[in-house]
Amino acid sequence: MTDMTSSVQSTFVRPAQARRDIGIKKRYAAERRFKAYGLAAILIGLFFLFVLLWTVVSKGYTAFQQTAITLPIEFSEQIIDPKNERGANPAKLMTANYPFLVRDALIKALGIDPANKPLVKQATDMVSASARTQLRDLVVANPAIIGTTANVSLLAEGNIDSANKGQIDLTVAEASRKVKDQQLEWMKKLTETGAMAKQFNTGLFTYGASSRPEAAGIGVAALGSLYMMLIVLVLALPIGVAASIYLEEFAPKNRLTDLIEVNINNLAAVPSIVYGLLGLSIFINFAGMPRSAALVGGLVLTLMTLPTIIIATRAALKAVPPSIRSAALGLGASKMQTIFHHVLPLAMPGVLTGTIIGLAHALGETAPLLLIGMVAFVVDYPGSPMDPSTALPVQIYMWANEAERAFVERTSGAIMILLIFLVVMNLGAILLRRRFERRW
Amino acid sequence: MSTSLILLIILIVGLAAYFAGRARAMASSKGKLSVLHSLPGYHGVYVAIWAVLPAAFVLAIWLLASPFFVENSVRSALPESVHSQGSATTELMLGQVMQVANGLKLLNTEELAAVTSGSSNLRDALAAKGVPMANAGETYMVEAAQKYNSLKDGSRWVMSAVVLIIAIAGAVFAIRGISAPFRARNRVERVMLGALLLASSIAILTTVGIVGSMLSEAIRFFQSVSPSAFFFGTVWDPRFSAAGSGGTEGQFGLLPLLAGTLYIAFVAMLFAVPVGLFAAIYMAEYARPVVRGIAKPLLEILAGIPTIVYGFFALVTVGPFLRDISAQLNGLVTGNYVNFIQAQSVLTAGLVMGIMLIPFVSSLSDDIITQVPRSLRDGSLGLGATRSETIKRVILPAALPGIVGALLLTASRAVGETMIVVLAAGVAARMQLNPFEAMTTVTVKIVNQLTGDLEFNSPQTLVAFALGITLFAITLCLNIYALYIVRKYREQYE
Repeated sequence: MTDMTSSVQSTFVRPAQARRDIGIKKRYAAERRFKAYGLAAILIGLFFLFVLLWTVVSKGYTAFQQTAITLPIEFSEQIIDPKNERGANPAKLMTANYPFLVRDALIKALGIDPANKPLVKQATDMVSASARTQLRDLVVANPAIIGTTANVSLLAEGNIDSANKGQIDLTVAEASRKVKDQQLEWMKKLTETGAMAKQFNTGLFTYGASSRPEAAGIGVAALGSLYMMLIVLVLALPIGVAASIYLEEFAPKNRLTDLIEVNINNLAAVPSIVYGLLGLSIFINFAGMPRSAALVGGLVLTLMTLPTIIIATRAALKAVPPSIRSAALGLGASKMQTIFHHVLPLAMPGVLTGTIIGLAHALGETAPLLLIGMVAFVVDYPGSPMDPSTALPVQIYMWANEAERAFVERTSGAIMILLIFLVVMNLGAILLRRRFERRW
Repeated sequence: MSTSLILLIILIVGLAAYFAGRARAMASSKGKLSVLHSLPGYHGVYVAIWAVLPAAFVLAIWLLASPFFVENSVRSALPESVHSQGSATTELMLGQVMQVANGLKLLNTEELAAVTSGSSNLRDALAAKGVPMANAGETYMVEAAQKYNSLKDGSRWVMSAVVLIIAIAGAVFAIRGISAPFRARNRVERVMLGALLLASSIAILTTVGIVGSMLSEAIRFFQSVSPSAFFFGTVWDPRFSAAGSGGTEGQFGLLPLLAGTLYIAFVAMLFAVPVGLFAAIYMAEYARPVVRGIAKPLLEILAGIPTIVYGFFALVTVGPFLRDISAQLNGLVTGNYVNFIQAQSVLTAGLVMGIMLIPFVSSLSDDIITQVPRSLRDGSLGLGATRSETIKRVILPAALPGIVGALLLTASRAVGETMIVVLAAGVAARMQLNPFEAMTTVTVKIVNQLTGDLEFNSPQTLVAFALGITLFAITLCLNIYALYIVRKYREQYE
């Protein structure tokens, strides 16, 4: 017995050198390497996402603050209206020499010798040139202010603002620096007296285009974008839903519908700039619509968004089980009634999710808008979609081409606002899906 | 009456027609609704359709056609001296007449009388109202302009009247047809079906519009520049010609742009494909559900970020970073701290575009890998293969056609990408192989040629459409082939 068991065992336990080398160690190492590559790939993707967002936020968060200089402005009658003509001709107030008011206030606040022209120039350079319109509007709105003294908060010039936020390298020689030592001294003085302080930058949300960074904002561009989104929503949603209903529920399976199907899938992948060319040639050249108008932008974005909405809607319609249709038809509803009373309402969450995602895509789109003339310097709010306007991403593009430090900050700030819009829209789409989606 | 007012009135008539139709149906049912073939609402909608649709149709036709008629009759009313100078002058004069006509509306009766009798200068009178005129203007212009105005006003009044009559007549006609057995629902549903069909034909119309508009503009371009000089030219130098400098036609060679486009797309794919593919494999085969649930949406955020943001990222972060690091490297090796990578370069644009493409590659491939049937995977694992061996020898070969399709779709996106290359690739059109130098792309040149002040008939702007149709053709081929592969692949495993 013992002999037998030992002989059986000897067949099982081979000597090490006789064992076939199947390279298990090597194979496991390869397995670990392969898995590590995959993990590394994901980490690379996430790393770039992080760097991208960090770049935008770290460069942009300062844009939400703006340095302001509060000065006691003496609305002296001698400067605004020396010949006392404003009673006869109120337009005189529009052309008065308001920068002098700022100059005098600065001379007083900083204690400069008024005869020292270069020094006075350096001082007035610290205040944004937009102070002129600001004071003018104050006086025109309330002429009684003339002859009194009031504290007015003026925007600091872009470079001073940057210096106040510590973004200007002060180790650079004074001559090659935008902010001079004398100005830095004054800034210190003004900050100590509390005249110069950082405030929340409401202007970023309300102003329009400006060549001076401190007076530039995204308000006008955001309104243009809003117009376009409304046009896209009003046109693309009904047309997209109608087209998908036809294709999904009514269309016979033939060559034509096959062609439409391929066509829609292809349109979803056409480069967006091609839609810009289409808009330029059809809407502007052929139909004679105005350039730079939100209407044309909205139409172009509508055409661009339609395939997205159609694809999403068709998927949502397809997901509604046939039993719903059979039940409605069996109770005597017509096909149209079945679809509009039963299938479409059940598919609506999916349709809306697709629409929101399409809208979010349209909101961030820049290239087609460049071609239809929306790279425009628009200062005033557009009153209607026919007026010249610009869009949020186009404004970002225009700012990105500006060299000044303060514009880099504003570009990032505007990108943050755009991204927040997109995040809100996408979160809305996700919540909608979570809340209403049914699994059949 | 303004067009929007007419539209509003039509809609009000339609609303009234709806209620009238409904009431009529209710009345004809004599209190027993079940005798009606269709619900009263359908009768109402039927009447409303008859009220609104024909009227709106006539309105649209009239608005499109009337300018031609008015212009034609004014044109024929212009004196013989104008016609004898050829059609270009006639059109110019016609344009001026319309300008005058707009101006005349702003004048009051006395000024108008003075202008008509010729006692006051037309140009000065109009300039005072803020209407500029190219030349002094002549008396026949005032006559023609008045004729133009009266024709236009007359046409408008007739149009309003006709449209209103049609709306009311349509409603009355439809109401008279209503009776209990009338099949209103079927009629309404037929109109609805027509509307649905119309909506779905917009997709076709868009493609026809894209091809038609770009082709017609491109043909105008090819009338001044020969196709062979465009498609095989190796120099891009459009030279916005200064006035009067003869012989500066400019050269429109496509090849440098195409080379730049393909090179940048290639660099982007070189970066995005391995990263995206490995990420997809890890998520489909290795990742635990929790990891997948976090990593997948995070990666997809990359796909939702607008491309202008990537462009800005390339411009302020990646470009300067590559430039500085190349200067440091160069300095460490040779002691000469000069950068060999330009801030705007093929590498910068390709790298950033690659980041943008990662989620496209990964989510498309993820879908395809997870579609490979479970049985293939189990068979391979059961035979003792490790997971990576299963992936490399079984799953990837099975998924290969689908993955190739996904990569082609991604490549089409890379070729058509605009904002990143506008900000990161530079504008120098040259053919070279150094990825550290700037090159430019088709899309950048489309944007360059079409932003700013346009003079629409010059080859300098029309070339954008020739570039556009080239781009469209390239992406169309890529897309259709890719969609074909993906579709065929999907059928294989469904």
